[in-house]
Amino acid sequence: MFELLGIPPQALLGQLLLGLINGSFYAVLSLGLAVIFGLLNIINFAHGALYMMGAFVAWMLLNYAGIGYWPALILAPLIVGVFGIVLERLLLSRLYHLDHLYGLLLTFGLALIIQGLFRNYYGISGLPYRIPDALAGGYNLGFMFLPKYRAWVVVASLVVCFGTWFMIEKTRLGAYLRAATENPVLVGAFGVNVPLLIMLTYGFGVALAGFAGVLAAPIYSVNPNMGADLIIVVFAVVVIGGMGSIMGSILTGYFLGLIEGLTRVFYPEGSAVVIFVIMALVLLVKPEGLFGRAT
Amino acid sequence: MSDAQTANALLSVRDLNGWYGESHVLHGVDFDVQEGEVVTLLGRNGAGKTSTLLAIMGILGKRTGAVTYNGAETIAMAPRQIARLGIAICPEERGIFAALNVDENLMLPPRIADGGLDLERIFELFPNLRERRRSQGSKLSGGEQQMLAIARILRTGAHLLLLDEPTEGLAPVIVQQIGRTIAALKKEGFTIVLVEQNFRFAASVADRHYVVDQGRVVDMIPNRELDANMDKLHAYLGV
Ligand SMILES: Nc1ncnc2c1ncn2[C@@H]1O[C@H](COP(=O)(O)OP(=O)(O)OP(=O)(O)O)[C@@H](O)[C@H]1O
Ligand SMILES: [Mg+2]
Repeated sequence: MFELLGIPPQALLGQLLLGLINGSFYAVLSLGLAVIFGLLNIINFAHGALYMMGAFVAWMLLNYAGIGYWPALILAPLIVGVFGIVLERLLLSRLYHLDHLYGLLLTFGLALIIQGLFRNYYGISGLPYRIPDALAGGYNLGFMFLPKYRAWVVVASLVVCFGTWFMIEKTRLGAYLRAATENPVLVGAFGVNVPLLIMLTYGFGVALAGFAGVLAAPIYSVNPNMGADLIIVVFAVVVIGGMGSIMGSILTGYFLGLIEGLTRVFYPEGSAVVIFVIMALVLLVKPEGLFGRAT
Repeated sequence: MSDAQTANALLSVRDLNGWYGESHVLHGVDFDVQEGEVVTLLGRNGAGKTSTLLAIMGILGKRTGAVTYNGAETIAMAPRQIARLGIAICPEERGIFAALNVDENLMLPPRIADGGLDLERIFELFPNLRERRRSQGSKLSGGEQQMLAIARILRTGAHLLLLDEPTEGLAPVIVQQIGRTIAALKKEGFTIVLVEQNFRFAASVADRHYVVDQGRVVDMIPNRELDANMDKLHAYLGV
């Protein structure tokens, strides 16, 4: 078997797969953030907490109601989405006329409250969530072992990301969303119910976070802090990709996951910071982000 | 203006006051538009023409007074409700969405009533748009943007069109094309409020002219009396 710079291919491919999994989460989460920011002008710091909620809702559905993984994959995002809509109606909608900073502070506070509540009731040791039977085990590809569930995470995130991209870029509803992102007043003056569009967009964006949470539940243990740890990296991903672009946030998510995986192979000490180093470089060279439009 | 005229006006604006934040810019605008008419608002830079259109549409910061359309009082309505009564705006800055292509821009405003123009007729009026259907809004020339901004409010079934300086900054041939379009739209039965600086152009398309100055309507001149009133008009417009 060939070796690359003394690295066995199994290790390389294994880390690339791990990177791709992380990238899948980065992509789904940063996509939601980008959609929300585009229309609502709010940097949704509660995104990580809502991702965590998605995982918890799946766990609760299973443990309190006996509802398994597959229905939870639909139900948990719906529940998180409705929760988001309540937040939007009650709280966020009062901030649209103010600076970004207020939305960021409010959602940051909400994240702390939500995480605190879950910590209070469920502790921080983490709750197990079993991989559904259909996705247990894996494939022996000869050169490496591919766990089925991990392959599923990559496929599901790709489908959701590109489905969302298609909806936003190629459908009439998406045209409303893009137009309202540019000029909500004019879209309203054409007779479109922009407040409703905003509400649904926020609900959809956080439902994506909830979906990612369900995907994550069997891999990472269900833990009140799972979102807080991840969201910092996801914000770096968003900064690197640029807030404005849907495709940009998707591609940047997968790309940075892979970069992180590669770093873990070639320079393990750097893997925790490589994304932040890239963020710093991008901010210096192209402050609006790789795919962002200069404003 | 006579009461009879007011009574059956399609649009009637009374004592309309308007603000951008704290800044009070409309100080009691009064005018009427009859069904099927083309009426212009003329006035110097900063007179309040654009603000008047925005206030009618409900998208100025704040407005008071009375704006009735087809007998319905709209002053307390949200812009989207006003739009659904049948009023549509073509804004001064054109408002073409850069992230949407020509087709998407064209199809964006939702249908609010029957009787809008079909796409075939719209491309007849604006042949240049037909070839550019897949082009991104940001890639259009100024003239194409202006045509698209007018075109997209024709298919919705809106009946009263508010056009804000559609000829501003455009080449003479395109100004002529827009002039022919406005005449055609009048024939189709649209009612039009047109803001213009170029009153040679205004005279070629309009039935009546209202003169706006410092946030008020200060005079009304029927188009056929325009020649007789040239000196007065020059004084108003400061040209
Ligand atoms: N966004 C705004 N904020 C504050 N004041 C404004 C704003 N837009 C316009 N104004 C002020 O409102 C007044 C009326 O402006 P408006 O744009 O209605 O004039 P106009 O007649 O359309 O002028 P023009 O011919 O230059 O388009 C002006 O004094 C202008 O300075
Ligand atoms: Mg103006």
